[in-house]
Amino acid sequence: MLPISHKKLGLIGAPAVATILAHPMVVWAAQEAAVPPEMAHPWWFWPLILLVFCFVLGIIAVLAGVGGGVLYVPLVSGFFPFHIDFVRGAGLMVALAGALAAGPGLLRRNLASLRLALPVALIASTCSIGGAMLGLYLSKLNPDIVQVCLGVTIVGIAILLLASKNTTKPVVTKQDALGMALGLHGTYFDAATQEMVEWKTHRTLLGLILFIFIGVLAGMFGLGAGWANVPVLNLLMGAPLKISVATSKFLLSITDTSAAWIYMNKGCVIPLMAVPSIIGLMFGSFVGVRLLSIAKPKFIRIMVIVVLFFAGLKAIDKGLGIGLLG
Amino acid sequence: MTQNTMENNAAKPMREQITYANLLFLGAWCGILLLFITYFIYATGILPPHASMEAVVANWGQSAHHFHQVTGSPMGWEWIGLLHSGDYLNFIGLALLALLTIVCYLTLLPGYFRRRDWTYFTICILEVLVLGVAASGVLGSGGH
Repeated sequence: MLPISHKKLGLIGAPAVATILAHPMVVWAAQEAAVPPEMAHPWWFWPLILLVFCFVLGIIAVLAGVGGGVLYVPLVSGFFPFHIDFVRGAGLMVALAGALAAGPGLLRRNLASLRLALPVALIASTCSIGGAMLGLYLSKLNPDIVQVCLGVTIVGIAILLLASKNTTKPVVTKQDALGMALGLHGTYFDAATQEMVEWKTHRTLLGLILFIFIGVLAGMFGLGAGWANVPVLNLLMGAPLKISVATSKFLLSITDTSAAWIYMNKGCVIPLMAVPSIIGLMFGSFVGVRLLSIAKPKFIRIMVIVVLFFAGLKAIDKGLGIGLLG
Repeated sequence: MTQNTMENNAAKPMREQITYANLLFLGAWCGILLLFITYFIYATGILPPHASMEAVVANWGQSAHHFHQVTGSPMGWEWIGLLHSGDYLNFIGLALLALLTIVCYLTLLPGYFRRRDWTYFTICILEVLVLGVAASGVLGSGGH
């Protein structure tokens, strides 16, 4: 950097400052700066932006094969003027609405397995209540703690998405005793290969234990937990990928219900921002499904992983008050 | 019975699963439609809101506790008393979406009872209790 003395700086700076200040745009900007950014626009500005943003998010989420909640919470908390309490409340409602809308089709085609979902959902939904209460407690202590934890979790999710290689039909040679006792097996018709596929689970106890943590994280950060459900069901417990994805989506409708009620009862759901988020994301998902045939999901998945990395780092940056990422 | 028929039957979901799916379909779309209608009523000002748009926008960057104190927003199920206001009218759709799973679980009970599948019957009962407790607001809805 060139050394410039204060005197020189004053000589150069004074006329420049005078010229700039004389400009009517600056007067307008100064007025704008005097009010908080959220008050600088009419009330419909942010809900409208949110509607459009969530519409795009819905398309991307479908194409990338991730739930809306996992993108919604870090991005909206990072780039919109809403408090993290309301973002998590809306994030859960967004994930819940998406899961409820997808559930019927998955259940009718027997892709979402009730036998697999019910025991897992009981654990995850109970723990998501604990997670929601813990998240709100931490937020009351200091919202920055939640921001940093959210950021670390999101970066972890990005690494998980990058590293995990799901298996279409995992080989399960012997079902464990717990899986057998719960009857965690089934048959489904694979339309792609035109064959009946039989499946059963193994390592059931470990899988169920992991759903304790998944439930806590889902409730704490208001994330749908599809990013964690699928690897546990598929890679650990040995359920086929289609069964894992469908059961995971259906599971969200149960896990997110309990956490959503905690947030709703605590006054963390503001209709003005939650409803455009839900509607935008749902319509985006419909468009996303139609675009699936022409899109390049691999590229979009990589793009989403990059966005998640950025959103996670942004949350950490915001929580620590560094201000490096704006 | 042929091998094919047996395989097809094995791949068919149980009757209660279909009932669950049908109820979910109806409830989810009713909820979303309700959200559309009530948000329209709210945004157009047909029904005046409990907290003005300006107050909401000015305070949505603050914590839920602060928001509650400034706007007088309800906790727990207090919103039922505010259904005459445009903003809390939206809670009909939101609550319907959040209550749906509890209702759907109840439809599973007769099937598991008939099959004497006590493990899954108990799981369903426990899940209804868990979701019921979460929805009831007993878990500290009074303060944030």
